[in-house]
Amino acid sequence: MTEDVAASAPLWLLAELTYRCPLHCVFCYNPLNYAENRNELTTAQWIDVMRQARKLGAAQLGFSGGEPLLRDDLEELIGEGRRLGYYTNLITSGVGLSEARIARMKELGLDHIQLSFQDSTREMNDFLTSTKTFDLKARVAKLIKRYDYPMVLNVVLHRYNLDHVGRIIEMAIEMEVEYLELANTQYYGWGLVNRAHLLPTREQLQKAEAVVNAYRAKAGNKLRILFVVPDYFEERPKACMNGWGSVFLAVSADGTALPCHAAKTLPGFDFPNVTQHSVQDIWHHSDAFKRYRGDAWMKEPCRSCPDKKKDFGGCRCQAYALTGDAANADPVCGKSPQHGALQNIVLQAHAERAPLQDQPMLFRTDANSMRFATAGKSGKK
Amino acid sequence: MNHSPEKPALSKLFRLQWEETQNNYVLLYPEGMVKLNQSAAEILKRCDGTRDSAAIVADLESSFAASGLQADVEDFLRIAHERGWIR
Repeated sequence: MTEDVAASAPLWLLAELTYRCPLHCVFCYNPLNYAENRNELTTAQWIDVMRQARKLGAAQLGFSGGEPLLRDDLEELIGEGRRLGYYTNLITSGVGLSEARIARMKELGLDHIQLSFQDSTREMNDFLTSTKTFDLKARVAKLIKRYDYPMVLNVVLHRYNLDHVGRIIEMAIEMEVEYLELANTQYYGWGLVNRAHLLPTREQLQKAEAVVNAYRAKAGNKLRILFVVPDYFEERPKACMNGWGSVFLAVSADGTALPCHAAKTLPGFDFPNVTQHSVQDIWHHSDAFKRYRGDAWMKEPCRSCPDKKKDFGGCRCQAYALTGDAANADPVCGKSPQHGALQNIVLQAHAERAPLQDQPMLFRTDANSMRFATAGKSGKK
Repeated sequence: MNHSPEKPALSKLFRLQWEETQNNYVLLYPEGMVKLNQSAAEILKRCDGTRDSAAIVADLESSFAASGLQADVEDFLRIAHERGWIR
């Protein structure tokens, strides 16, 4: 294959409408320095991006952020997305989802709402988000069902709530959600900074998985439970993004186009912006989207691996974060020379809980973000 | 195991849609998509909650001048129900 691998169409457009967010989650995947750049695309610019991506073949449209409800034009964007033929997904914390807005969105054809909860208990939910939002979220969940939306309940899992997984599932059943996404923390952005706090023990994971499987057998078709694998504990890497530049196109608040929502962490990239290039050009011709497309870029052990078309060597951002080179195999892979080092991270996080004293948990706040931005500029890079 | 519904209708989680760029029908659902072959799409189009499987078979057989579709249609409806596409 030449390096100009023919691209398939993007199927997924993720519109990260804003990095503003009322929550301060310790595992947020947004860039650490998000507060540095507050530019946001205008309504007309978003609509233009949606049209272009739809023309290329995108069928799924996610409105996310930050908190997308902080955009006053969200309804307009939903309406336009639906008119264009997208399946429209609102990915939200629920904060700001009033009955008036939810009713209007229904009229406009919003297809589905994914609501995040951080735990089944008020205390943990409110602690992890550094807000008082548990009761509000519970009210929003009722509202979503009253307006007859399909609903995904998303709960990010880690050391502090894995043991509650049974109660979380009970909560989902009570809310009558169709899907429960139990997403074990992925260590990017704020999650990576807080990794020592968040990594669960293997025993916790195994117990939680057993509970999930028992409920799956019981709940059958009524509630589908997705258990997103905690990849640090695996031997085979995830097929991240289903391959770089393969189906997924994220556009961040300021118009930067990304092959993965965490890709801004990668150095040496000049990510294209939708205000300067067409989506077609970005998808097919930009260096950023072509760089890890296909398999010509791979090094060993990926290059000769029989699984390379199945898992694409795992995640580029994780390869960079853990090995310093995004073109290396994701060290989650048992064949990676750095796999042992990753296992040590897991073991150390469990040893005596010592790392917890080293550094306090860092909440995603504008102030903390500006600190990262300043540190980045003063030559830490 | 559940039996197929008497008068199947598409579950509200799913939207059946023609995709021009893919040149086929797809089922769209929260954050996902299933590509359908032609026969699956033709069956699902007829799952409107008013027809039972016999009516769906009869309609398909007359639309496509075919016969003996009953077993295939019922197999498909059973699978579609297991996957939660129809209710």
